[in-house]
Amino acid sequence: MKTINKLYTALILIFMYAPIAVLILFSFNESNSTSVFSGFSLKWYIELFNDGETLKALYNTLILAVLSSVIATILGTAAAVGIDYMKKGPLRSIIMTITNIPMMNADIVTGVSLMLLFVFIATIFGISGILGFGTLLIAHVTFNLPYVILSVLPKLKQLDPHLTEAAQDLGCTPFQAFLKVVIPNILSGVLTGMIMAFTLSLDDFVISYFASGPEFQTLPLRIFSMTKRRVTPDMYALSTLIFVAILILLLLNNLTKKDESGVKGAKK
Amino acid sequence: MKKSSSLWARLCAAPYIVWMIIFIAAPLLMVAYYAFTDAAGNFTLKNIVALDGYAGIFIRSIWYGIITTIISLIIAFPFAYAISQKSTKYQSTMIMLLMVPMWMNFLIRTYSWMNILSDNGIINTALKAIGFAPIEMINTPGAVILGMVYNFMPYMVLPIYSVISKMDRNIIEAAQDLGCNKLKVITRVVLPMSVPGIVSGITMVFVPSVSTFYISQKLGGGKYDLIGDTIERQFQTSYNYNLGASISLVLMILLLVCMAFMNTFTSDDEEGGIVI
Repeated sequence: MKTINKLYTALILIFMYAPIAVLILFSFNESNSTSVFSGFSLKWYIELFNDGETLKALYNTLILAVLSSVIATILGTAAAVGIDYMKKGPLRSIIMTITNIPMMNADIVTGVSLMLLFVFIATIFGISGILGFGTLLIAHVTFNLPYVILSVLPKLKQLDPHLTEAAQDLGCTPFQAFLKVVIPNILSGVLTGMIMAFTLSLDDFVISYFASGPEFQTLPLRIFSMTKRRVTPDMYALSTLIFVAILILLLLNNLTKKDESGVKGAKK
Repeated sequence: MKKSSSLWARLCAAPYIVWMIIFIAAPLLMVAYYAFTDAAGNFTLKNIVALDGYAGIFIRSIWYGIITTIISLIIAFPFAYAISQKSTKYQSTMIMLLMVPMWMNFLIRTYSWMNILSDNGIINTALKAIGFAPIEMINTPGAVILGMVYNFMPYMVLPIYSVISKMDRNIIEAAQDLGCNKLKVITRVVLPMSVPGIVSGITMVFVPSVSTFYISQKLGGGKYDLIGDTIERQFQTSYNYNLGASISLVLMILLLVCMAFMNTFTSDDEEGGIVI
């Protein structure tokens, strides 16, 4: 039974990593083939760093992810505070239902619906070329917001309302009480929401595809336009670098967690 | 004093509510508006009537979605159960290992599968090298479903795993004490208790499978169009926004019905668990 378990988990992981192993291997290929390996070379990595358009797309992606996650975090945290204060009732359930829509709906419908809104506004006001950085930012903030709200709300629920009252009795203004009592207590939820928003924004292709214009390209959009023709291995090189970066981040994350638990253990 | 501060607190939600109305609610109304108008903005039903020609694509998408969901469930449940039997450290490592590929761009992973499966691809080159006849894999429904299972199966593992890992060990031990063998423990205890996880897993796999585009274009060679591909074409190549909107509207209603159906199996409150 145990060997079967091990064999099975190994098989699943092989399935999950097969295409990644392939793209790492062929990022070192000498020729531009992505199916026949003819020899080791680093030329695609050099090519990548000379590919201005791809680097520009990478830069755009990061800017968009930072901006959209920060805006979504501010709007979403404020929204969660407001929703938390609302009494349970029809208004609150309507707001929660609409908040859930972008998470539950198919990405393609979210993308198409935003595109139609932008196009509609453009035709009414006679604006041409409305799709671009602005619409992309709006779209990203929109699909990030639910994740922020739903990671902050549980933290607010756990917070003892008497704490804020105590702070006010001790002389804090409501705003000071909010800053000194509420914010520190919900900070972990706010950060989780922001990180989630950031990674969702980095990786999004489908919604961006409909909400963006020709002059502002993110990395997933760039990859898409390249896979329409033939992908050259420099895209594989870029993906390999991203993969390595993710691995390093996760390992660092695990190591720091281990340290923390070690400290806690020592204290006991 | 207290009244006014709670009013202030509630006002914090105001900017979001405005945002929500403009960018979540209004766009959905736009889909309905475009679906029922023609290019000049006049009311028409012709986009809805035209849907008739896409019935085959709808049926194929739902069918592929169901197959993908079933295969994902068959693969994911044993995986989630197998890892939940080990130490906590092993469990978190395995979940991490499962999720790392999901952080890579899905376009590039799908493209990589294309290289593995194609006629001159890695598997067929290897087969030819050892003297076997090549197998035709790319541009078949099987390849499309493989791509969908690959991309969405981890979303089945996560909710099932989170339910199983929180299960009370004592219940399983009690079942064993009462004479259940290993298989019976799974079918009589673990499986029924993981229904909430399975239900949310089914939704999390079925929704993206039905609405996906790209995977079918790359791995199916354009022969097996799905709803997603059809919508994409209306918006990005034929520029028939009205027809595209009516197809999107039907897709949305289809998913809504499906989710309402799945929700009857669980009783979540309004702020139910967050996904992932």
